[in-house]
Amino acid sequence: MGVDHRKLGMWAFLGSEFLFFGGFVTAYLLYLESTAGGVGVEVFDIPFTSISSFVLLMSSLTMVLAHHAHTRGDLRRMRLWILATAGQGMVFLGGQVYEFNVFYREGLVLTDSPFASAFYVLTGFHGVHVFIGILMLLSIFVFSLIGKIKPNQHLKTEMIGLYWHFVDIIWVVIFTVVYLIPEIAVL
Amino acid sequence: MASSTVETKGFKGRPKGESGLSAWITTTDHKKIGIMYFVTVLVFFFLGGAESGVIRAQLAQAEMDLVTAEIYNQVFTMHGITMVFLVVMPLSAAFFNYLVPLMIGARDVAFPRLNAFSYWVYLFGGIFLYSSFFLGGAPSGGWTGYAPLASDAVSNMAFYAVGLNILGVSSLAAAVNFIVTILNMRAPGMTFMRMPVFVWMSLVTNFLLLFALPPIAVALFMLNADTVVGAQFFEPASGGDPILWQHLFWLFGHPEVYIMILPAMGIVSEILPTGSRKPLFGYAAVVFAGAAIGFIGFGVWAHHMFTSAIGPVARSAFALTTMFIAVPTGIKIFNWVFTMWGGKLRFHTPMLFSIGFVSMFTIGGLSGVTHAIVPHNAQQHDTYYVVAHFHYVLFGGALFGLIAGIYYWFPKVTGKLMDEKLGKVHFWTWLLGFNLTFGPMHMSGLLGQPRRTAVLPGELGGTVELYNLLSTLGVVVLIGSALVFLFNLIRSIKAGQAAGDDPWDARTLEWITPSPTPSHNFDAIPTVTHRDEFWHRKYAEDDAGKVVRVPAGASEDHDTDHEGEHIHMPDPSYWPLVQTLGVFPLGYGLVYLNFWLIGIGVLWMVIGLYGWIIEPLAEGDDDEPEDAHTPTGAAAAAH
Amino acid sequence: MRENPRPQRTSLRRARTITASVVLASLALSACAGDQSALDPAGPFAQAPHDLIIPVAIIAAVVFVLVQGLIIFSVVKFRTRRDDDGSLPVQTHGNTRLEIVWTVVPAVILAVIAVPTVQGIFEQMGEPDGDVLTVEVIGHRWWFEYYYPDYDIYTANEMAIPTDTPVRLEMTAADLARSPDQGVIHSFWVPRLAGKQDVVPGQTTYLNIEASEPDRYLGMCAEYCGLSHANMRIRIEAMEPADFDAWVEGQTTPADVPDDGTLAADGRALYHDLDGRQACATCHQVWEGEADRAPQQGPDLTHLMSREEFAGAIHELDEETLRAWLEDPNSLKPMQYEVNGIGMPDLDLTDEELDALVAYLLTLDPDA
Repeated sequence: MGVDHRKLGMWAFLGSEFLFFGGFVTAYLLYLESTAGGVGVEVFDIPFTSISSFVLLMSSLTMVLAHHAHTRGDLRRMRLWILATAGQGMVFLGGQVYEFNVFYREGLVLTDSPFASAFYVLTGFHGVHVFIGILMLLSIFVFSLIGKIKPNQHLKTEMIGLYWHFVDIIWVVIFTVVYLIPEIAVL
Repeated sequence: MASSTVETKGFKGRPKGESGLSAWITTTDHKKIGIMYFVTVLVFFFLGGAESGVIRAQLAQAEMDLVTAEIYNQVFTMHGITMVFLVVMPLSAAFFNYLVPLMIGARDVAFPRLNAFSYWVYLFGGIFLYSSFFLGGAPSGGWTGYAPLASDAVSNMAFYAVGLNILGVSSLAAAVNFIVTILNMRAPGMTFMRMPVFVWMSLVTNFLLLFALPPIAVALFMLNADTVVGAQFFEPASGGDPILWQHLFWLFGHPEVYIMILPAMGIVSEILPTGSRKPLFGYAAVVFAGAAIGFIGFGVWAHHMFTSAIGPVARSAFALTTMFIAVPTGIKIFNWVFTMWGGKLRFHTPMLFSIGFVSMFTIGGLSGVTHAIVPHNAQQHDTYYVVAHFHYVLFGGALFGLIAGIYYWFPKVTGKLMDEKLGKVHFWTWLLGFNLTFGPMHMSGLLGQPRRTAVLPGELGGTVELYNLLSTLGVVVLIGSALVFLFNLIRSIKAGQAAGDDPWDARTLEWITPSPTPSHNFDAIPTVTHRDEFWHRKYAEDDAGKVVRVPAGASEDHDTDHEGEHIHMPDPSYWPLVQTLGVFPLGYGLVYLNFWLIGIGVLWMVIGLYGWIIEPLAEGDDDEPEDAHTPTGAAAAAH
Repeated sequence: MRENPRPQRTSLRRARTITASVVLASLALSACAGDQSALDPAGPFAQAPHDLIIPVAIIAAVVFVLVQGLIIFSVVKFRTRRDDDGSLPVQTHGNTRLEIVWTVVPAVILAVIAVPTVQGIFEQMGEPDGDVLTVEVIGHRWWFEYYYPDYDIYTANEMAIPTDTPVRLEMTAADLARSPDQGVIHSFWVPRLAGKQDVVPGQTTYLNIEASEPDRYLGMCAEYCGLSHANMRIRIEAMEPADFDAWVEGQTTPADVPDDGTLAADGRALYHDLDGRQACATCHQVWEGEADRAPQQGPDLTHLMSREEFAGAIHELDEETLRAWLEDPNSLKPMQYEVNGIGMPDLDLTDEELDALVAYLLTLDPDA
């Protein structure tokens, strides 16, 4: 086998998570047109979300760089990239908060239609995952500052990286299925 | 609270000591956790049993009003939730905990503190669910929680949505834990095809949990949002689809059936060979059939929905998969029977319950096949025929197997035997009571009695009434039988006959260690050369091909070389318990939509998590260096 | 496993005898089955699944006897004897040929069963041929409403159908003034006429029923639907086509308006105006010949007295019970009007009001 317990455990957990999001994505697709006469996919602002999606995607790159720095034992550079990753995550989250506000004002209200419920709960759960990821990134940042994380403990960075990449991949799916495809179908 | 003289790394002192309350609540020992699971299950089992008593009392005669319809609906809902989520699943978890590390030759599970976390989440989830009785009434929408009845506030299903999600977290953590344990921590030489069948079934079960829990988590979050926030997932008025709930629920719910039955199948696959004194007939077939059941189990969910709003194509497809899954099930049954064939059977209580399992489960399996006859399923569905069917599977099946396991491994855990005479009384009354309760339900269902009615309608006629009376009498027998069991359990713990280390002439690794098991399990991690390793250390073939016993002690693995050597075990920890307490504010916050409570709960759990992270697994570890993890073998067992 | 399992054959023969008696016993039981028995089909849509399940039940019985026979035989034959020498039995690990047999044989049996099953599914769900009567079924908490679109008839709990005529039920669920808002899932089940089909709010499901003989067929809601699920009964009154025509005739006649000055006329006034309390007419309809006959939240009362039972068909419809119902509906059937507006409210009626209302309701009979 040769895989560390924690890494294997993380893989198993992420496998489960994948189905979790799969469930919400399915529900969303089912309810794509169940807008109860209210606002539907036309509310999406594809250029805006594309930018925030791009930021999140780029954070995967900085995450890889952080892990790479850690494997070389370069904690200083690792911290730098970790901060960059967390920062991009926060930009993405900020974008989501802004987006939710705009959608809400334009009449996409969670309690109005199955479509709205499915949209907010799916993307909301993704946002919660990003938030947890940011917490983990900031934690490892602080722990490495106070010497709790040693240069040889790059597995910890790798684990957070696994999680972070997973959250990113899920967003790629969400962005495609939730935003792009319906939008194209509408146009 | 134990103070420590050693310098500690965590936020606060580490608990010390091997006994006393604090040793239990802070334990990270898989055996202690297994025992705690068992004791908790016992409490919930009697609660769920009492609920079934209420149900059967109400239905003893037609048109009774012993309890109001409101109470009755709460009681049958809680009976289902209790027996599925608080009894059968965690009882299996109790066995995983105690046995899996022992059977694969490991000293603990992969994540000992996560294991403790799983237990506490389970316990608190159960308490949380039951607290609803004192907070405006228990959930009353049925354990299947069909929307939109479930999203109507009168059904009190917020507790169900949140409570089941809490329990799901427990199961998910345990699933990750046991999958990693089984894949990574097998003793040297313990290849997959040398693993005991119970370990195999544990592995399959935990994979099922891993992939079956997400759909119900999704469904429960939706239900929670619908009931508490006012989301529209299942509201037909705004275009929500109630059938979505059914798909998501049964996408979990059918694998769930196998989650409940496979561990019992594993247990029986250990006991039957021991009791027959010959190896399991067709080990590979039993293992692969189990895996196949797990796999196909994800493709049959809509057979719970044959009368729902699904079309003829879906009905046909799921009829075929449902028939198909009977094949591996049949393979297992025949392999068990032929394990006994040609053996020298010893009818100790575990063996009796195992044979009872095979016999009763067969009945459940056959009535299951009749469900696949979709046109007639429309007559059986949601009647007492179905109630009979799933009790033959889950009671006659899962519970018989699990009880067999209790009798079988009791000496392993306590070093004492359970009383055989009482055990036999328990078995025969259990078998009688069970069949008396659930046998007649086949008929009362076909004669038109729907399930989940708060009264037995008099118009169904005298025959149905008679069957119902028999069922109620059966429950009376079962209650008596359960009390015999409880008495036996308590008496045997106090004054049971000493069992010795190998009371059954067993076959698998857990019996290599002394009973009760020492906290570090193995003095030396065994090297495995055979399937049924322990048996092969005891027996060898002589020149004539006849099996003979190896002289006692010749191969016992109490290797004195290792005595006094420091065995690295995880230390106890407060954190799993402390952290888990946060589920209460979080849970009630989600039920009553109180953001303060939710915030406190989340904060509590995050702080708990940090306490957990900062504290090393074992004192003296300077947060173990990364490279020391050799996943398979002796070193890994220490982590 | 090398020895030929000879005893198996004797047990097989025994198995056949036992199977035969089991099947006979269940047939005997079905003979004395009640009015709601799935074992006593009374029309083609109940007969077809019945004919399908009987051979399956026989196969299942054979397998049952085979497996249990093997278990009992093994337990008796291979028990450790008193004079056992303590040696171990032959250590067989398996037998590939046998294992293939018990993999393939069940698979083949199941494949054979699968064919008529799939056929049956499509037949069961298809639209029936010939002269079909359509009835719309609306499941409410906790009663069934029926609407005959061909005749513009509304009724509740009891459905009249002509014999030997396929009836296509178009079903949905609703509550509260026919909005699916609070509708929940029910299931329409009259065992002697057909298997059940769920009734889903916001969707239409279909079920075919047909009765061969005039009779009163009993059924119940079969999907748990909350508090009074047990009290949601179905009655199918199958009658000769001529009688059915007469029934239609009666139901399509507007209700009589009682003569002024009678107690019933007072009742009719109260029915429309209950002095500030919620009047009956808010939720019920008595059609007196107006242009449109609009459905209401509660059962249509136009020809109330033409029905034998009421309150989800759990009570006989007579003067005394009707009065008790108006006085305290929850004591006759648990409902949730106070909690979520489902069911009949307690209207705090005085004795005089009760007398008048009951007198009025008793006049609502096309045969009177």
